[in-house]
Amino acid sequence: MKLPLYLDYSATTPVDPRVAKLMCDCLTQEGNFGNPASRSHVYGWQAEEAVENARRQVADLIKADPREIVWTSGATESDNLAIKGVAHFYHKKGKHIITSKIEHKAVLDTCRQLEREGFEVTYLEPSTDGLISPEQVAEALREDTILVSLMHVNNEIGVVTDIAAIGEITRAKKVLFHVDAAQSAGKINIDVETAKVDLMSFSAHKVYGPKGIGALFVRRKPRVRLEAQMHGGGHERGMRSGTLATHQIVGMGAAFAIAQAEMESDNTRIDALRQRLWDGVKDMEEVYMNGHATQRVSGNANISFNFVEGESLLMSLRELAVSSGSACTSASLEPSYVLRALGMNDELAHSSIRFSIGRFTTEADIDQAVEQSRNAVIKLRDLSPLWDMYKDGVDLDSVEWAAH
Amino acid sequence: MAYSEQVIDHYENPRNVGKMDEADAHVGTGMVGAPACGDVMRLQIKVNDEGVIEDAKFKTYGCGSAIASSSLVTEWMKGMTLDQAGEIRNSNISEELALPPVKIHCSVLAEDAIKAAIDNYKSKQ
Repeated sequence: MKLPLYLDYSATTPVDPRVAKLMCDCLTQEGNFGNPASRSHVYGWQAEEAVENARRQVADLIKADPREIVWTSGATESDNLAIKGVAHFYHKKGKHIITSKIEHKAVLDTCRQLEREGFEVTYLEPSTDGLISPEQVAEALREDTILVSLMHVNNEIGVVTDIAAIGEITRAKKVLFHVDAAQSAGKINIDVETAKVDLMSFSAHKVYGPKGIGALFVRRKPRVRLEAQMHGGGHERGMRSGTLATHQIVGMGAAFAIAQAEMESDNTRIDALRQRLWDGVKDMEEVYMNGHATQRVSGNANISFNFVEGESLLMSLRELAVSSGSACTSASLEPSYVLRALGMNDELAHSSIRFSIGRFTTEADIDQAVEQSRNAVIKLRDLSPLWDMYKDGVDLDSVEWAAH
Repeated sequence: MAYSEQVIDHYENPRNVGKMDEADAHVGTGMVGAPACGDVMRLQIKVNDEGVIEDAKFKTYGCGSAIASSSLVTEWMKGMTLDQAGEIRNSNISEELALPPVKIHCSVLAEDAIKAAIDNYKSKQ
């Protein structure tokens, strides 16, 4: 079977071969296999050194102190630890949390759980281009607000939240600010020395590192307290117990170090590829790029091909590995909640494809994606009664549909 | 999601794609579904004076299973009487196309489209 062309880097990335090599050196008897918590012999000391080196590599990418990095199993756990950890520690101070409607499920479902526990959550609505403004956050703050949790870069549409401006507002009000940076680390500059973020979630596998490892930045000054969600040996200063996975951690550290060194050149190249993709399809009628035009990361292109249904489009694009804003992601026929939160109508949301471009994408890949997308859209529009109606000048909103 | 060979065949080579003149007294048009739900089918039949379906055409906005369901029924309906066509059930369609449970609604929609086209034709007589 011919493998499809991978254009789903926002879902996950392959491990960089340079990273994989270092990880393999931490597994077998000849390698650095010790338990980093073993204090009594060299196996433990070596493993600990590797873990601390990786901790510094992760901290360096965001200009943090290594002591502010807590290892977790991934961004989902980091989000859970940050949000539940803060809520459970500061619940006597207040019960109000602010987030947005377009957060990752790891944040939304965690907030839902806290609502069941008696917390109140405000879900901010994004603008039509997907942005949450600092003014919105300021307006939503209450006397009893303890936490604001917003993503740095949206996973579906790639827009960038102005975390520096929002951090100024939350800090002035002494409200903690958590940022999910799973989609931004290694793609845009993050500087927690200047941005007043208190907690930040990271994942390795979006940055050419391995799956199953992530980190949470927990600020030391001013100090942020958390209630642990995982109890055990008191690892990670009591915030997250469990034997540290040396090979995973080494992989994440190496991946973040490479990201730091190569971010600029990667971005320049990826930006050009994204433009090439958009230039290749934008002249077709009724094709839209979703999300803010400039306040975005380079690798994401979420495009709506109006009057073509997303799942059948994916079926035509079998030679491309991309994701859809439509049904295919689950058994339900619900269109993407992110696209709907932008105020997009359901049919346009159903017609959306997310192309995400990364380190190993080539110009030839993009040209192939353009050709296949154009052919598929033309074919499916020929099959589409909605396209017929649009061409006949029928206003689809005026039609009375028999919803089922 | 894995698609059955039958679905892929109809999707790759849809039969009887097209549009007939809605105003023609011999043509019945059924349009069912809604864009918001992710599928809309337009099924048209051309019925001769003996009450036999001479031709059938469709256009569908929807997933591969929805396209295959409508393509399949246009094939089946040609040469049938209106009564025979009215007896096509969604279970016949889902069985023929080996649709998974989450796609049964596509076959239901195709059955609805047949009924709507027949009703539309009858209302014109």
